[in-house]
Amino acid sequence: MAYSNKVIDHYESPRNVGTLDKGDPGVGTGLVGAPACGDVMRLQIKVNSDGVIEDAKFKTFGCGSAIASSSLATEWIKGKTIDQAETIKNSQIVEELSLPPVKIHCSVLAEDAIKAAIADYRKKQADRLRAVPLVAERKA
Amino acid sequence: MAVKLPIFMDYHSTTPVDPRVLEEMTPYFTLKFGNAASRNHRFGWEAEEAVAIARERVARLIGARDPKEIVFTSGATESDNVALKGVAEFYRDKGNHLITATTEHKAILDTCKRLEKEGYEVTYLPVAADGRVDPDDVKKAIRPTTILVSIMLANNEIGTVQPIREIGKITRERGVLLHSDAVQGLGKVDFDVEEMNVDLVSITAHKMYGPKGQGALYVRRSKPRVRLVAQIDGGGHERGMRSGTLAVPLIVGLGKAADLMVQEGKAEGVRILGLRERLRSRIMNRLDEVYLNGSLEHRLPGNLNLSFSFVEGEGLMMAIKDVAVSSGSACTSASLEPSYVLRALGVGDELAHSSIRFGLGRFTTEEEVDFVADLVTEKVKRLRDLSPLWEMHQDGVDLKSVAWAAH
Repeated sequence: MAYSNKVIDHYESPRNVGTLDKGDPGVGTGLVGAPACGDVMRLQIKVNSDGVIEDAKFKTFGCGSAIASSSLATEWIKGKTIDQAETIKNSQIVEELSLPPVKIHCSVLAEDAIKAAIADYRKKQADRLRAVPLVAERKA
Repeated sequence: MAVKLPIFMDYHSTTPVDPRVLEEMTPYFTLKFGNAASRNHRFGWEAEEAVAIARERVARLIGARDPKEIVFTSGATESDNVALKGVAEFYRDKGNHLITATTEHKAILDTCKRLEKEGYEVTYLPVAADGRVDPDDVKKAIRPTTILVSIMLANNEIGTVQPIREIGKITRERGVLLHSDAVQGLGKVDFDVEEMNVDLVSITAHKMYGPKGQGALYVRRSKPRVRLVAQIDGGGHERGMRSGTLAVPLIVGLGKAADLMVQEGKAEGVRILGLRERLRSRIMNRLDEVYLNGSLEHRLPGNLNLSFSFVEGEGLMMAIKDVAVSSGSACTSASLEPSYVLRALGVGDELAHSSIRFGLGRFTTEEEVDFVADLVTEKVKRLRDLSPLWEMHQDGVDLKSVAWAAH
């Protein structure tokens, strides 16, 4: 199968590879896929107090298209608010990377990874809000 | 000396035609173009004679006593089809049961599926972790209604060589026919239809430096005389077993390829095994978490099938795009299922997705092996740096304990 130039570009020079500190309350982590299915994506976002994604990192186990999809996803969500990032659709990734039908699942996984990272971030924030009054009560 | 790219390391898929083979074939396209069935003029005689020589050469490669036992076909897929369907049809009154193994080629498995639809019964024997069929399992699976056992000589993915000699002893004793798809092993590992009691053998030219589109089926003529129903009807060529004008140039090519294997196969095997082991040690000594799929002992000299944990096979193939290899990863097939052969060995899906098959052959050089070993080592490291699974593994996370969402 021939890969598109954009897939090759992302595959050969992936953007934003790396790991963010999971313990940071501003960091949301999405881990999607399964080793048995041949692809796993981990996408992390660091969100600032304005709700803007100021950093994004990924690591992916998968084929070239999976690596390119997640690389592109991190590129796209950086600088966006989490609400904006949430609207990214896998079809946009398919179009940008010219993915063939057998590789559409890679784009679906990238969309899922963004959503999972945002959900994780939101859950962390909610947990913190719930935790704060408890601490305050104890002090009082 | 810099190696020439791309490098072909996929000799199980096909092989280039040896220049010596091509040289013998060439006149039969243009000058000696006669129909081997033309009995009344020189053009026909010339072609007939060339076919006779090729038949003898193929017979010699597999230890057949009589060249008449060689039936020319279009390739091993056709040979497999004729062997199974033809025998099943002819011996229908004797029984309706066949035995094969789960790691056979699709040409066998899909033919068996077809036969099942037509009312035959098929036992698919499991294989051990090294890919070998246990001859005892064959013995136990034989019923009074069993007519044929079909076990390949060597596997196309993992190179595992099957105990054909032991199986042949059993089938001969029990009066059951034995067929072997021998395409991957011929000329590379010991094989002799007389010594091993094999009754039908599928052969193809393009896996042994001959042309694509030419195969043969060995059909034993005595002790026992194997009968089969032809699957292609017509002019009654090939003793009625396979009608159709003989592809003389291709048959000449198959004959020459077989002859070269008889002359050089043994020495070539030693050389290729040396290269294979060089590749294996150069990769495995430098990378952790690399697993050999299949048997080390009972293996084709040119086959190396490795799983690189935490790296996906197609992703790795893309990283080494100047090297032609193949992968058991789902992503390389249309089915999105990882290799059924690796699954049958009990290799987990995650390791099946991480597998790469290197196939070495006649024209593989030491420089190529070293180049590939270096490249693979470097790229696996790079992809592991990109792999969340590798990071989790390094952090001591047991990946089996993670609740993955299958998709």
